[in-house]
Amino acid sequence: MYDHRTFVAATLFGMGAGPGDAERIGADPRGWLVEQLRAQPVPPALSQLGNTADLFERFRAVRAMRKAEQAARADGAAAAAPAIAAMPAMGKPLRDIYFAEVGARTRLAASAAAPLCERLVQFWSNHFTVSIARPEVLAIAGSFEREAIRPHVAGRFREMLGAVAMHPAMLLYLDNAQSIGPNSIAGRRRDKGLNENLAREMLELHTLGVDGGYTQSDVTQFARILTGWTLEHGPDGPRARFLFEPRFHEPGPKTLLGATVREGGQMEGVQMLDVLARHPSTARFIATKLVRHFVADDPPRAAVDAVAASFRETNGDLAAAMRTLIARPEAWDPPLAKLRTPNDLVTGTLRALGNPPLDDKAIHHSLALLGQAPFAAPSPAGWPDRADAWLGPEALMRRIEWARLVANRMGRADAMQFAEMTIAPVMGAATRQSIEDAPDPREAVTMWLASAEFERR
Amino acid sequence: MHASRRRFLAGAAAAPLLLAAPGLALAAAPSEKRFVFVVLRGAMDGLHTAPPLGDPDYAASRGGLALARADCLDLDGFYALHPALAPLLPLYQRREILIVHAVASPYRERSHFDGQDVLESGATGPHLLADGWVNRALAALGAAHPQGLAVSQGVPLALRGAVPVTSWAPSPLHTLAPETIERIRALYAGDKQFAMAFEEGVQGETFVAATLGDDTMGGPMGGAAPGRPPEAKKPGPFATLAEGAGRLLAAPDGPRVAAMEALGWDTHVGQGLEKGRQADALGQLGNGIAALARAMGPQWRNTVVVAASEFGRTVAMNGTNGSDHGTATAVLIAGGAVAGGRVLARWPGLGRERLYQGRDLMPTTDLRAVLKGLLRDHLGVSEAALAKTVFPNSAQVAPMAGLVRA
Repeated sequence: MYDHRTFVAATLFGMGAGPGDAERIGADPRGWLVEQLRAQPVPPALSQLGNTADLFERFRAVRAMRKAEQAARADGAAAAAPAIAAMPAMGKPLRDIYFAEVGARTRLAASAAAPLCERLVQFWSNHFTVSIARPEVLAIAGSFEREAIRPHVAGRFREMLGAVAMHPAMLLYLDNAQSIGPNSIAGRRRDKGLNENLAREMLELHTLGVDGGYTQSDVTQFARILTGWTLEHGPDGPRARFLFEPRFHEPGPKTLLGATVREGGQMEGVQMLDVLARHPSTARFIATKLVRHFVADDPPRAAVDAVAASFRETNGDLAAAMRTLIARPEAWDPPLAKLRTPNDLVTGTLRALGNPPLDDKAIHHSLALLGQAPFAAPSPAGWPDRADAWLGPEALMRRIEWARLVANRMGRADAMQFAEMTIAPVMGAATRQSIEDAPDPREAVTMWLASAEFERR
Repeated sequence: MHASRRRFLAGAAAAPLLLAAPGLALAAAPSEKRFVFVVLRGAMDGLHTAPPLGDPDYAASRGGLALARADCLDLDGFYALHPALAPLLPLYQRREILIVHAVASPYRERSHFDGQDVLESGATGPHLLADGWVNRALAALGAAHPQGLAVSQGVPLALRGAVPVTSWAPSPLHTLAPETIERIRALYAGDKQFAMAFEEGVQGETFVAATLGDDTMGGPMGGAAPGRPPEAKKPGPFATLAEGAGRLLAAPDGPRVAAMEALGWDTHVGQGLEKGRQADALGQLGNGIAALARAMGPQWRNTVVVAASEFGRTVAMNGTNGSDHGTATAVLIAGGAVAGGRVLARWPGLGRERLYQGRDLMPTTDLRAVLKGLLRDHLGVSEAALAKTVFPNSAQVAPMAGLVRA
C-alpha cells in the first residue's frame, strides 16, 4: 500500500512521510494532493503570533531604547549605567519573535494534514524573499509569510504579488519605503530621490525573470511608478502599515515595457502589477521555477510549457498551475530527482519522528547548522533550488554529522521501522543492508537519515 | 607535519575515486604557489574602495558619496584607500597590495545573479557554463597542483567543475568515527553524487582536523545571525573564515587554491562615507585579508589573493543615501607574490560625459585580462589553456603582464 506514488505525493510534494501519512494519502495520491489546493484556514498555531503592525512596534521600542542609551552614553551621565547594562539583552525580544516564527512554521510543516500547502508557502516565501539581515525585518519576516504569502498559495498570483508589493517587510527589505520621486513635492524640497532596488528585483526575480525582456530604462521607469509606495510615518520613524504617499510620487507619465502609463498616483503601480502578472514572460518564469522545484533541477521543457500555458490561460491561478503540474508524468517518475534542502531535511525528519516537542531555538539551531536558517537567504534571489548548491563536501558532512546527533538523541529507536515508514518504496539494497548491519540502534538511525533515499525527495 | 600528512594521505588512500582524479596525485611534488579568489557578492563600490580623489570631477560626480581627503589614506596623490581598509595599509607599503581600477567582466547588464554567474563561470555571458574558471584552471594545471578548497559549506560556482574540490567552514558538529565513515561509504556505493561529495568531505575533514586540531569549532554558519547587523562584531565572520583558510593553505600538504565569499556590498540605502554599510563590508574584507596574511606566515610570499565583484555601483548617490547597480569597479589583489604598492588603471574620468550610460564608471580593463595575467604568471597556466578552456573565447583579451613579482 505504501507504493512509489504514495512516496512521491508524501515526499516530493509534501514534507515527507510521518506516522499515519501513507494511510491518510490512501489509494489516490493525486487526488490527495489536489484536495489540498482548496483554501485552507490559517492554522491556530500561527494566528496567535501577531500581526506585522504590532510586531513592528516591538522593533521600534527596542530601537528607541538603543537611541536613548546612545544619547545617555554620549552625555556621559552616570544615570545611564543601568541602561548600558541592559544593552545586550535589548535585541532578545526581537530574536525571540523570530525564533518563535521559525519554530511555528517548521512544526506546522512537520505536522500539517495538508503538507503540500506548507511546501507551497515555503516555496513562495522563498520566491518573494525577505531577509532578517535587515534588523527592521527581524520581527516581521514570519508575519510577512503569514499575511502576504500564505493566503494566496492556492489563489491568484496577482493577489500575492500585490500583497507582497504592499507589505512593510518587502518595502523595507528592498528599500522602496524610502524611494522618492526627484520631482515630487518631497523630492524637490528635500533633495531626496529614487531607489531602484525593489523595481529591479520585482522585474528580475518576482515576475518577468532576467531574460523576460526589460531594460535598464524599464527598471528606472518602474522605480518612478513605485515612488510613494511606502509606510505610515511618524516623527519617530515609520510604522509597519502600507501608505501611498502622494508627496513622494514622481509626477508625469512614464513609459514601461513599450507602453505609456498615464499619471495616476498609486494606480500606476497597480496597473503595472496587472501587466506584469499577465505577461507571458512571468508565466514562463514562474512555471520554470515550479517545475524546477517539483520535477528536476533542469526542468523538462514539456512540463514547463504545460504549466506556463495553464498559468497564462487561467490568468495566474496558482491552484490550476499546480493541478497541471501534479498531472505531469515527469513529476512522478523517476522518484528522488530532487535533493532535500536542509529545511526539507530537518522538517522531514521531524515529521518522520511524529513532530517531537522541540523548542524554537533547537529547531533554529539545526537549520542554521545545516546552512539554511529561515528568512536568512543570502540575497533577494532566495535560497537556491539545485542540488549542486547544497551538496558541497562540507555541507554533506554536516548532514551526516547532524543525522548522528539526531540518532544520539533518539536512543534505542528501531531504524528499520522508520525507514519502512519513510522510504520503503525507494529503498535500495545498500541502504537496507547498512541499516541491518549497523552494530547499534544509533548507528542504524544514522544510516537511515544519511541515506541518499532519505536525503532526496 | 608528519602526523598530519599521514592522516591526510590515509583519508585519500581510502578513496580510490579521488586518486583517479586529476589534480590530486599527491605523490607529485606540489607547487608552493597559493591562489585565493574572493567573490564579493552584491557589487562593491570601487570608488569607495580606492577613491580617485585627484579626479577633478570626483567631488561633483559623487555628490553625497564623495569621501573627504582628510578621512582617506593617501596612496599616490591621485588614488587613496578607504579608511576602513586601514588594516591593508602596511601591506600596501610592503608592496603586497595591488589595485586595478575601472575593471569589469564582459557582463554589461545589472543583475547581481547574472553578473555573479559571469564573474564565477568565466564565460562571456550568463548561464553559458556550469563550471567555474578556478576549477578549469586547476584542470589545466593537471597533477602539479593539489586540490582546491571552498571556504564555505557549499562550493561556489567559481570552484565547481570536473576537478574534485573540498569545502570547509568552522562547525560545532562532531566528526564521524572511522567505522561510521566506512559504513557511509558502503551506504553511498550506488549513488555517484553522494559518493563523490562524501569522499571529498572525508578527505577535507581529516586534513582540517590534523591541521587545525581542536580549533575547528565555530558557531552555526547559517546565513545572517538574527538581529545582529553584520557590522556589530569585529573582526567579523569573514576574518574568522580567512584566518582558518590561511592556516589550511599554509600547511605543506594542504590545498593550494581556495575560493571564499564576502557579502554586504549591496548598499542601496545608507552606503555611508568613512562609516556606514559599504565601510563595514570593506572593514570585514580588510580585516580578513590581513588575517589571512598573518595565518599564512612564510607562505604568504607565495600567495596571490584576488577579490572581485560582479560589477560596481552608480557614480552618483541615489535618492536614499546609497547607490544602485553600476558597471566598472576596482579589483583588489593582495599577497607576498604580488607586484604591488600601486594602483593600475587606464583612468576613464568621472565627468558626466565620461560615464558609462551616463551613470557608471566606464570599464577600461577587462577583468579576464587581470585574472589571466595572475593565472599565467603566478600559477603557470598556459596562455593557450587560458584563452580556450579557462576563459573560453577570450583569445582577444591578452593577459595583463607584471602583476606578480618576477
